[in-house]
Amino acid sequence: MHETTYHRAASVEDASRLLSASDEGQLIAGGQTLIPTMKARLAAPSDLVDISRIGALRGIEVSGRRVTIGAMTTHAEVAGSAELRSVCPGLADLAGLIGDPAVRHRGTIGGSIANNDPASDYPAGVLGLAAVIRTDKREISADDYFEGMFTTALDEGEIILSVSFDAPEACAYAKFPNPASRYALCGVFIAKGADGIRVAVTGAGNDGVFRASALEQALSLDFSPAAVDGVTVDADEMLSDIHGDAAYRANLVKVMAKRALAAM
Amino acid sequence: MADITLTVNGQRVSTTVEDRALLVEFLRDALGLTGTHVGCDTSQCGACVVHVDGKAMKSCTMLAAAADGCEVTTIEGVAKGDALHPMQKAFNDNHGLQCGFCTPGMIMSGIDMVARYRADGRTLDEAAIREELEGNICRCTGYHNIVKSIQQAAGEM
Repeated sequence: MHETTYHRAASVEDASRLLSASDEGQLIAGGQTLIPTMKARLAAPSDLVDISRIGALRGIEVSGRRVTIGAMTTHAEVAGSAELRSVCPGLADLAGLIGDPAVRHRGTIGGSIANNDPASDYPAGVLGLAAVIRTDKREISADDYFEGMFTTALDEGEIILSVSFDAPEACAYAKFPNPASRYALCGVFIAKGADGIRVAVTGAGNDGVFRASALEQALSLDFSPAAVDGVTVDADEMLSDIHGDAAYRANLVKVMAKRALAAM
Repeated sequence: MADITLTVNGQRVSTTVEDRALLVEFLRDALGLTGTHVGCDTSQCGACVVHVDGKAMKSCTMLAAAADGCEVTTIEGVAKGDALHPMQKAFNDNHGLQCGFCTPGMIMSGIDMVARYRADGRTLDEAAIREELEGNICRCTGYHNIVKSIQQAAGEM
């Protein structure tokens, strides 16, 4: 790891100030992706501004069906929240499938969606739930937020505060993990709510998380696993690598969609 | 350099570390607590698992500076004097180790999962143990006895 200067931010304002005062500073949350990336010397921020201890960014609030999750809430906290599970079990299940227990004790929802790894789980949940990402500057809808592989609508230095959504009538996440890394080779999150059906896919697309509109349309007409059969998932839009080619991933999208439906 | 004060195995430690120092480097190199191992150094294998504020974490994927103010427990801190922790005893009883390299991490993860399942009132059966060991790799592939060890300790902790 290259040298860096570590700062612990006491508040969001403090973090913002520390970040803008640094050369090439970067925020660090749980660091479960950033630290390995720095160790591999694929990232070398001059400064690390640790926001993981800011109390205002932690916790899960459920009010009726409105859910707000603080950006620094860990995967273990989301997976273990009985309150969240009672209104939105799909997202709690998703968080429990990330990494392993030790990683889930440290990794955070804000860190995950700020990184927007194309094979990470949270982007599918956040997009599938039509969540709103609140930052220190504005609110961004999930549809506008995820812009492609490792790319988001966040501006330089913008800090995610929370993720909010209305818990849908029903939702579920089905994941086919890479047998070695446990990242999603394909993960499908389906939500059925007042505004219709949303299907968000992670791991499979060649430009990060995306909404499978053909599946959404088919499922709005017939909300059943059988409806998935008639849908064609375009392999040209899928990722192809040593772990699975595009045709394989295109098929996985349908298989995972069926599994998610079966779990709803 | 970062000034840190933390508690390691019940002892208060105040020191200065390089900002980029990993928690595992601090434990092994500065404190000489070499029971915590570095296996893969890429967050996969779990040989470096310690407890930070009572929760299992991978000490190769956390900065020492981030542990400022925390309570850290390593494998050296789980026995009471000469009396092994029930999890250590169970690994001994069930031959839960072969080369032993992964064992410190297995034991720290084992203690963590038993405590969590108990707190949540969930049953830690064999399937759950195997699932919970997702982040701990035994290259001797001796999982069978590791699982048996954790099952025994779950009844004795």
